[in-house]
Amino acid sequence: MTSGFMDDNPYFRITAEDVTLKVPAGFPRPLYNFKTNRLTPEIFTLGRTLFYDKLLSKDNSVSCGSCHQRIAAFAHIDHALSHGIYAKIGTRNVPALQNLIWKDAYMWDGGVNNLEIQPLSPITNPIEMDETLENVISKLKHDKKYVMLFQNAFHDTIIDSKRLLQSIAQFTGLMISGGSRYDRFLEGKDTFSGSEMNGLKLFRSKCENCHKEPLFTNNSYRNNGLKPDPSLKDEGRAKITGKEEDRYRFQVPGLRNIEMTYPYMHDGRFQKLRDVVNHYSNPKNFDNRADRSLQKIGYLTDREKDELVAFLLTLTDKAFLYDRRFADPDFQ
Amino acid sequence: MQNNILKLSFCLGISILVLSFTLRIHHPCTEQHKVTIQFRHFAGMEALILDSAVYNNDLGQSFRITKLKYYISNIHLIREKGGDLEVNSSFLIDDRDEKTKKITISSVPEGSYSSMEFILGVDSLHNCNGAQSGALDPINGMFWAWNSGYVFLKLEGKSPSSTSPGNMLEYHIGGYKSPNNCIRKIKIAFPGKLIIDTELRSNSIELKADILEILKTPVSIDFSKLSSVTDFHNSTTIADNYQDMFSLLNIRSEN
Repeated sequence: MTSGFMDDNPYFRITAEDVTLKVPAGFPRPLYNFKTNRLTPEIFTLGRTLFYDKLLSKDNSVSCGSCHQRIAAFAHIDHALSHGIYAKIGTRNVPALQNLIWKDAYMWDGGVNNLEIQPLSPITNPIEMDETLENVISKLKHDKKYVMLFQNAFHDTIIDSKRLLQSIAQFTGLMISGGSRYDRFLEGKDTFSGSEMNGLKLFRSKCENCHKEPLFTNNSYRNNGLKPDPSLKDEGRAKITGKEEDRYRFQVPGLRNIEMTYPYMHDGRFQKLRDVVNHYSNPKNFDNRADRSLQKIGYLTDREKDELVAFLLTLTDKAFLYDRRFADPDFQ
Repeated sequence: MQNNILKLSFCLGISILVLSFTLRIHHPCTEQHKVTIQFRHFAGMEALILDSAVYNNDLGQSFRITKLKYYISNIHLIREKGGDLEVNSSFLIDDRDEKTKKITISSVPEGSYSSMEFILGVDSLHNCNGAQSGALDPINGMFWAWNSGYVFLKLEGKSPSSTSPGNMLEYHIGGYKSPNNCIRKIKIAFPGKLIIDTELRSNSIELKADILEILKTPVSIDFSKLSSVTDFHNSTTIADNYQDMFSLLNIRSEN
């Protein structure tokens, strides 16, 4: 089996330029700033290798990349709920990995407070990778490839959890999407059709409350009217805060690349964007805990729904989806 | 202009170098003053012995202990004239590992110390700092992956009164956010002062950690009702109990 990193393939080689943090125009200051995790090509490369390595799972069958697919902005295409180790099915939809450094908390319930430690959750979850940190570190220490990668990255022989986690954070932290048609339109570099323009106006009047530009989320936890799936028993944010009012509230996701991140919602119940729009324009069907701000969406005509969907499709950022830095060099 | 700034910086540099040497000559012993804090684990009046010893809680329910691990952070030695010594790091104490029960503080400035303070737990800053190493390495098994934050105290054991599977007792206490904040500030007054002066001495503060106190005052834990705490439910009850689990055994200052 060839090892991608050994090949001197310039396509996969990470340069200093590749790991320069570039904040898209109009974006606020990142909340995670790499100050105590200085970006280098070698550490980023180590992070990329770990992200795509099934060694992180107990039986070496599941990697981060198994569920976080580049083509889907690192969501899981066509999977409402994903299957982890031993074909176990989870209770939540895989979120996209993009613009993570602008989030103040991770996971649908916001239970993770720092980008670096997020991988601990899937690694140790018995239905995702079912591994222990101790075993992972041990596997890495006994793998010549990793001894070399860690040595290259950190210039000594120490392999520990901090380096493991920080290197993955360099990889995921640089997944930044700010180059969609919508962005280029706002910069005056592209045009919108009439439908797309109307869609943008509708979006701003009805969705902006939670899906605030330019990140398309205000990082809050809301009940968006979905009736809970009784088979999942997922109370969302309440599990983290213990507060009654947080029951059935979930983190507002960003909407960039939404064309590729189907199915939609925390439990992946909607296959199509049209289903999402239909849900929001049908308040009679809302759960009684639905956020008040949803009231102002109101009834939408078919045409308005088409326009909203047309606008959402402009959030696709091909430069990000095909960014060579995030490709798996070992993909056969 | 640049030439003058260069000359000035050079002079300043030399002055600082000379000054630091001078300071060293006047206080040669500053770096050599150490204070060790020795934790001794008890169950009431008896020394804590894991696995085999049987103890009784406040309600007379018998139990054994199989694990005791906890974080001590931000030790402050309070100096009478001000200028407290602050050691703002975390230590993980594990009853199974003797050497973790002894914390050595170096470079203690001279003075008369009247008390000490520390927190049981990890402060909120370090709960949010991401991947850390040493005592705060998540590999120590004292970090919650699903709800970021350190487990401040783990007390595990067995009791015939427990209704959990395997008669297990499992108290994992953490959480740094109100209203489930389980960080507790511990204050230990010194009846006599701890004097650090130019004499070289071996200074040690012996603290008693009484695990029975984790299970009582203010709330006596009934194992048949509460044998397991692993998230915010009932966590502050245990935290309020462990608030008073530490007391001073001894302060020794020997030449």
